[in-house]
Order: sequence, then structure tokens, then C-alpha cells
Amino acid sequence: MDVFLDTFLNPAVLAKYAPAILEGAVVTVILSVLIVLSGIALGTALACLRAYRVRPVSALIVVYADILRALPPLVLILLFFFGLPNVGVTLSASLVLYVVLTLVLAAFAEEIVWAGITATPKGQWEAARSTGLGFTQALGHVVLPQAVRMVIPPLTNRAIAITKMTALGMVIGVPDILGQATTAQSFSANASPLTLAAAAYLVLFLPFVIASRWLEARFSGPGG
Amino acid sequence: MDAILAQFFNLEIMAKALPLVLKGLGVTLLICAVVIPLGLAGGLLAALGSVSRNRALRWASIGFVDFFRALPPLVLLIFIYAGLPFAGLRLSPFAAVTIAFFLNNSAYFAEILRAGLLSVPRGQGEAARSTGMSATQTLAWVTLPQAVRNVLPDLLSNAVEIVKLTSLASVVSLGEMLHAAGLVRSITYNASPLMLAAGLYLVLLWPLIRVIGRFERRIAS
Amino acid sequence: MSDARPGHPALQVRALNKSFGTFKVLTDIDLSVDQSEMVFVLGPSGSGKSTMLRCCNRLEEPDSGEILVGGAPLTGSGVNLNAMRQRIGMVFQSFNLYPHLTALGNVTLALRRVQKLPRETAEAAAREALDRVGLADRAGHHPAQLSGGQQQRVAIARALALRPEVMLFDEPTSALDPELVGDVLAVMRDVKAQGMTMLVVSHEMKFARDAADRVIFMDGGRIVEQGTPEQVFGAPREARTRAFLGRLHG
Ligand SMILES: Nc1ncnc2c1ncn2[C@@H]1O[C@H](COP(=O)(O)OP(=O)(O)O)[C@@H](O)[C@H]1O
Ligand SMILES: [Mg+2]
Repeated sequence: MDVFLDTFLNPAVLAKYAPAILEGAVVTVILSVLIVLSGIALGTALACLRAYRVRPVSALIVVYADILRALPPLVLILLFFFGLPNVGVTLSASLVLYVVLTLVLAAFAEEIVWAGITATPKGQWEAARSTGLGFTQALGHVVLPQAVRMVIPPLTNRAIAITKMTALGMVIGVPDILGQATTAQSFSANASPLTLAAAAYLVLFLPFVIASRWLEARFSGPGG
Repeated sequence: MDAILAQFFNLEIMAKALPLVLKGLGVTLLICAVVIPLGLAGGLLAALGSVSRNRALRWASIGFVDFFRALPPLVLLIFIYAGLPFAGLRLSPFAAVTIAFFLNNSAYFAEILRAGLLSVPRGQGEAARSTGMSATQTLAWVTLPQAVRNVLPDLLSNAVEIVKLTSLASVVSLGEMLHAAGLVRSITYNASPLMLAAGLYLVLLWPLIRVIGRFERRIAS
Repeated sequence: MSDARPGHPALQVRALNKSFGTFKVLTDIDLSVDQSEMVFVLGPSGSGKSTMLRCCNRLEEPDSGEILVGGAPLTGSGVNLNAMRQRIGMVFQSFNLYPHLTALGNVTLALRRVQKLPRETAEAAAREALDRVGLADRAGHHPAQLSGGQQQRVAIARALALRPEVMLFDEPTSALDPELVGDVLAVMRDVKAQGMTMLVVSHEMKFARDAADRVIFMDGGRIVEQGTPEQVFGAPREARTRAFLGRLHG
């Protein structure tokens, strides 16, 4: 038991590296918030664009969404981080992480919001158009608000899953929670920083996981 | 333009990387073959627990699921692979990956199967029990098949996520596809091996994603 | 009983044809509805009643033919469709209220976004319309908090508030429980009394006898017979009309 405490909850190590991990937590939170906001905004915009059913545009959106959903984010992170500098585009590790996860979340959000748009009854479009609203107005004022409401649970789940992936930043040296913790762990030769990191992630994400469970019980998505 | 081609689509380097990357693909598939069935089994147990009438069991199951849904899988993997040795427990990369992904996947599968179980009308189980079937028989022959059918697209989506998740094993130097591609990249200073791996992931997963989309549309209509 | 003004057509349909693929749904429909006239459309299911009504505000695109509202063309190029649609109210069988908006929000949406009225003006107009359908006290309710009959009355208010010249009703009471039908019919009667031009698809025979100025019988995508309610119900000329009415009365 003492060995266990000494290894995983060593008070001296915890105290020493808590500030670094707290700094990491700030990075994780900022990245997460930015990724969620821009990823969902971009995905929703793409789903709306797809609603106009201009064939080449829709096809491009579908291909984009399919590819970004099929590729492991870590592959994209490495491609951006190691590949782009050699063609003259150098992005910081944090920026790479932000861009990749935003693009990935946008792909999923596009598919989810699109499912909501297609699940909105045709009569809603017709009622809106029959009162003289244009296509864009019907989409913006009548269909999209219903579609988004319908897909809040899957969108929340996906946003959580993808913001958790900010931990992948550690691989390219982003000083987020996990990045700080692995550095601290190698300096201290002790596992306590990892325990602290796990705890930090739980503190950050558990409320959202529990909230998503509550949302799921409250709303029901398309087909369920 | 030429620089982009040379950096991302260098066929010569891709050809050199191919044997190693294909070997990595084999490891990727092996991890999946181990981790997906394990995750399904663990997920089923946790799902059954989470719909059980026993309060303690229900909360324990939900706690397990939420805990591992909140913890990033890479954190779990590094904790197991790099943290446990300090306590004298040294695991091979494969064992560490298996344990970490088993816990993570179980949580996600549990959440899906739970929704499936809840979607089966209560009368189905009651009808089966009324014909003298045991609880286990009822589950195996009546409730579970319907539950699985109702959430099949979600189960398949999660399988796709697991294939993508195996790329994390590269972080603990398990020689799966991304690790192999990354190795060649670090030797050649060229991103083409990564593009090769990306292409193989697409070949593997794009058809699945299309099929799942079709399933979902059929269920929605 | 009739307030209709013969010779002053509010809605004219000329040589309207419509197919879905190879299936001909409407054949050479000619119809003129006078100002303040209430025309009832009867016919078996699948005879094209809904399609005809939906063509009248171009929710379905006619293949050929001409539709005029107050003398202004609805069809053809260069028509400002959204402006024209403001002149034609539509009431649907399934209400189609916007579930995310309150009753007031449902009514004000087009007033604010299409007519660009300031919020206070739009809300005042909406409250007046809700008052006309007897639901002034439900302005803040969401559709899910209203009965079917109340929802349909809000839908009528939504159309009325735009001050249309013509209103189209597609089986407005057939999704309602029987005890709720009366309230909706009473509102329709009131709307007619205020001089509205109305084209109504409905199988409420008693209401048709009392309130309609003219009854049209459709079958197989054609207008088979038309006349006053007394003529069509009392002495139908066509065998198909007689068969339909016979079945309806059981
Ligand atoms: N969008 C559509 N596509 C194909 N066929 C349609 C469509 N809408 C209606 N129809 C067909 O057109 C015919 C007339 O339909 P409708 O106008 O709804 O009849 P009614 O309202 O008199 O019952 C029916 O046979 C129906 O199946
Ligand atoms: Mg109809």
C-alpha cells in the first residue's frame, strides 16, 4: 500500500508538478473550447450548404466528411505537423492540433446536423414556404433550429469524444495536460503526475459525460 | 506544387515503405481482432449491469462507463504502459494496448448496447419468460438479437472508431500501421509514408462508413 | 347567404396539368373562385385534390397552365413567388406548426422576416389574428402544449395574419378528434363571414351544405361536376358523384 501511494500519489511529486499540470489544464480547456465552437460552426455551415442540393457542392462536402471521418486523427496530426513544414507551411504544435481536431469535428458535425435537417418533416418546409419565407429563411428560422435541437445528444457525445483527443497533442509536444504530465513523469521518475493528469481529465470531462447522459434522456434524436 | 508532390506523394519512398506499412497493417488488424470482441463482451456485461434492477450494480456499471468515457484513451494507455512499471508491473506494448482499449471500448459499447436493450419493448421479455425460457435464454434468443439489430449502425460506427483508435498504439511503440509509417517518415524526412498509411486507412474504412450511412438512412425512413 | 361577388375572380386556374413521372394527377383543371366565395372540393382519395391545392401556391410546380391571384400571375418566369405566396394562405391537414416557436412566434415569423414588420407591429398583428381564432390567451404556448384543434386554429391565424386574398384549406379537420372539429369549423365560418375567399378540401358534408357557395367534385384528376351544394348533394348529375356520395353516407 505504501509502495502504491508512493508511486501513484506521492505528495512531494504531486505538489511539485501540480502547477505545471494546471497550466496544461488551461491549454486543454482553451483548445477544447475553440475546437468545439469552430468545429460545430463549420460543420453546421457545411450541412446548411448541403441543403441547397447543388450537386458538385454536396459531393465535395460528402467526400470531405467521409475522409475526415475515416482517417485516425493522429495520422492527420502527424501529416500536418511533419509534412507541412517541408512545403513551407510551419504551424505550431498547438495550432496543428486545433486545426486538425476542428476539421474532424466539423466532418462529424456536418453529418449529424445533416441527419437532423433531413429528419425534419417536409411539412415544416412547406408551411414556411407557403407563408412566403424564402429557402434560406425557411432553413434558418424553421428547419435548422429544429434539426439542431434534435441532434443535441449525438453532437454533444461527438464533441466530448473529439475534445478528449486534445491529449493526442502530447505526441507533437503540445503542453496540454498529458504533455505536461509525461514531461513531469520522466523528470520525477514517478507515476504521480500521470495520476494527476487522469484526475484532471476526469474533473474536466466527467461533468460533460454526465450531462450528455441527462440530455440523452431528455431529447430524442432522429430515429430514436 | 512539385514540392507538395515530392513531400506527400513520393512514389519511390512509398514503395520502400510499403512492406513495413503492410506489416503494420497486419498488426493493426490483429489488435482489432483482439480488442473488438473483448470490448463487445465487456460492453455487454456493463450494459446488462446498467439496466439491472439491482441498484448497486446499476450505479457501478454506469460509473464504470462514465469514468472511461471521460478519460482520454491515450491517457489510460500511457498510465498503463508508463505508469504501472513504477509499481513493478511491466507490460508489453501489446498487453498495455489490449487492456487500455478493452476498458475504453467496453465503456462505449456498453452505452450503445444499453440503448439497444432499452429499445426492446418490455413485453418481448415477458412473452419469452411466459413460455418457460430462462432469463439467460430470453436474453440470448429474444432480447439481445432485437437490441443488436436496433443499434447495429452505432455498433459498426464504434468498430470504425476502434480501428482508428489503434493508431494510438504507435505512441507506445507497438508496430502497427501508423508506427511503421512514422518510422519510415523519420528516416526519410518525407511525409509520403504517412500518406500511404492514410490511404490504407481510407481503403479499409471508407466502404464501412458508406455502408453504415446506408443502414442509418434505412432505419430513419 | 352568399357574399360572393360574381365576376370578380380572386383565384383563377386555367388548363392546369400536373404529372408525377408518368402518372397524370391533374388533367385540364379550370377553376375560378370569386371574391368572398367559399368553394368546397370533394372527391375520392387520390383524385388530385391536394395536388390541385398545392399547385395554387406552387408547393407543387404545375407542368402547364396558368394560375392568377387577384389577376396577377403566380406561374411563369419573373414572378416574385415569395411575395405572391403572402397573398395566398395555406392551412395543412397536419397543421405543420413550428414546434420550436410559441403560438405567437409561429404567427409573427413571416410578418417579421418576409413583410419586415418591426417586432411590436408584428406582435400586435399576430395577437389580433390569434384573437380572431379565439386563442389570444394561448399566445405564449408551444404547439406541444395545445390540443389538435387549437394547433389548427393557430395555423389558421398564421395564414390570416398575412392578410391573404385567398385561403386554401387541405382537409383541415381530418387529423382531429371529432369533438375538436367544431371549433375549427366555427373559425372557418367566421373567416368566411369576414369576406375571405376560400378554397376548401374537406369531407365535412354538413358544413359544406351550410357554408359553401359552390361544391366541386373531382375524380381521376378532373373536375367532374360542380354546382351549388343543393344541386350537387341533392341531385348529382354524374354517376361517379352519386357513387361517391352514396359511399360517404354509408
Ligand atoms: N410527390 C408525389 N410523387 C408521386 N405521386 C404523388 C405525389 N403526391 C401525390 N401523388 C399521387 O398523386 C395522386 C393524387 O394525390 P393527392 O393530390 O394527394 O390526392 P387527394 O388529395 O385527392 O387524396 C395520388 O395517386 C398520389 O399517390
Ligand atoms: Mg389529400
